[in-house]
Amino acid sequence: MQIDWLAIAPEIVVAVTILGVLAADLVLPRPLKYWTATLAVVGLTLAVVPLILMAASSVETRSLFEGSYVVDDFALVLKGLFLIAGYLVVLMSVSYIESDRYYQGEYYLLLLSSVLGSLVIASARDLIVLFIGVELTTGPLFMLAGWRKGDIRSNEASLKFFILGVLSTAILLWGMAMLYGVSGEVRFDQIRSALADPSPAAQPLVGLAILFVLVGFAFKVSAVPFHFWAPDTYEGAPTPVTAYLSVSSKAAGFVALFVTVYVALRDRVDIWGPGLWALAALSMTIGNLAALRQSNIVRLLAYSSIAQAGFMLVPFAAASVAGEQLAEGLAATVVYLVIYALMNLGAFAVVIQGARRTGTGDIDGWAGLGRIDPRLGVLAAVFFFSLAGIPPLAGWFAKFVMFRAAIAAGSAAATSLAVIAAINAVIALYYYARVAKVVWFDEAPAGAEPATEPPAASLALTLGIAAVATVVVGVFPAVFAVFGEATRVLLASG
Amino acid sequence: MILPQFLILAAALFSLGVYGLLVRRNAVMVLLAVELMLAAVNINLVAFEAALRTSQAVGQVFAIFVITVAAAEVGIGLAIVLMIFRNRQSANVDEFDLMKW
Repeated sequence: MQIDWLAIAPEIVVAVTILGVLAADLVLPRPLKYWTATLAVVGLTLAVVPLILMAASSVETRSLFEGSYVVDDFALVLKGLFLIAGYLVVLMSVSYIESDRYYQGEYYLLLLSSVLGSLVIASARDLIVLFIGVELTTGPLFMLAGWRKGDIRSNEASLKFFILGVLSTAILLWGMAMLYGVSGEVRFDQIRSALADPSPAAQPLVGLAILFVLVGFAFKVSAVPFHFWAPDTYEGAPTPVTAYLSVSSKAAGFVALFVTVYVALRDRVDIWGPGLWALAALSMTIGNLAALRQSNIVRLLAYSSIAQAGFMLVPFAAASVAGEQLAEGLAATVVYLVIYALMNLGAFAVVIQGARRTGTGDIDGWAGLGRIDPRLGVLAAVFFFSLAGIPPLAGWFAKFVMFRAAIAAGSAAATSLAVIAAINAVIALYYYARVAKVVWFDEAPAGAEPATEPPAASLALTLGIAAVATVVVGVFPAVFAVFGEATRVLLASG
Repeated sequence: MILPQFLILAAALFSLGVYGLLVRRNAVMVLLAVELMLAAVNINLVAFEAALRTSQAVGQVFAIFVITVAAAEVGIGLAIVLMIFRNRQSANVDEFDLMKW
């Protein structure tokens, strides 16, 4: 069998890095353990090289293993996103994990395994490959959430995440087994052609299968009403892990969902379209309302990420209830996903540094941070206003694309979703702006000295990359036009 | 082929699993409930495979993957339960309510 090695080169590089980190952790003496982090960063950087080569080459779609594993432009964009997000999270973790005095080597090993899983998801066009990818993404995260072994909050985060995680896996698998049962196939293109005209007796089973698959993925992306695990897990887990959970793992869940419903189940949009609509509307509304009354910054970001997941779903859900322009809807959702990833990682890096400066995760405890540490204060304002969607920061473009696609879809249900999104965007501004207000306009506690020591170099680099990306994308959104093209390819091939 | 009987068995096992997961207090019993659900999925896959007779026995391959992943997952789960038991001398799921809303 002919194998296109370039197509799976990113996965191979990451897999080799995982083994390298494992071996290095074995031989390095304790004071030199931070080299495992360096190795992880190098590996993730190297894995980007084959992506660039593939993006530059004239081959549009590389199909491996009889079509079970496809690398097209859609997969390339998302693999790039997963690698960059993984890279930023590793950078963010270095000083945090080092100060924790737990095992560093294993931390990067698990993180990289999760990144590898999300790379697989982006290319999976087969139920089995997709299932393996999803499990490889979430499995290591159960352990990372409980990383602070002695901390009972971290324990609790891990247990809650694990129980809900395996429940969702079982529900998802049940749906997948049903899909296999009604179509007799596991490959997405074959499932699609088999479902094109099923026997009338199989009709209820198809509906049930789609429902189970949808619920399984809704747990993974913590969409309301399947979100209860998220705030607790986010609060208890170490902050860099929370950043990863709210960005990469959520994005991986979304990608898995989109690939399944779009490639395999496109003809049954009448069943899953309304489901997505409800998930989007509920996630936005309930996520935002719950975020309003949070006093802890991590919990605020947890609910904010639930609400953002709702916003992300809006264009695709609007297009699918309208039953047309699915391609444009999906493209808008992917653009939103990428921008959200950059600004949310930045926000979490601010949270890590802010918690170190003020010694608390309470929002009120951050009063006057802008005076104590002006640079951090500016960055906090940048990322939180970007999440709120204020121009000229990247978030406005994400919101703009979202509304444009939702309104272009045209039907009454699509437009009403856009209206719900607009109301929620206003609500969200309140709690994002509150953070900026506390940081800049509240009095610093008496005796607070202006900070002198700079943040750890790796964390400063994370903040810098995220901030530059947020501002550049906001000012020159044209760089994102290329992503829109990328999703159209998936749509053509699928 | 008696497909419906197998599907009913699987559905019953799955429901038992969901019930156990929601009702059981002991974390180890919760893990058992999860295993029950995954076993139900496997019965489904193999039953469909036997009924459909696909050329490459995909259903059975899928079931083997599910078994493997389930083993890994329960390994993680037991590690988490052990860690919690060491810190709190209890594996009662209800006691985990430090964080709420």
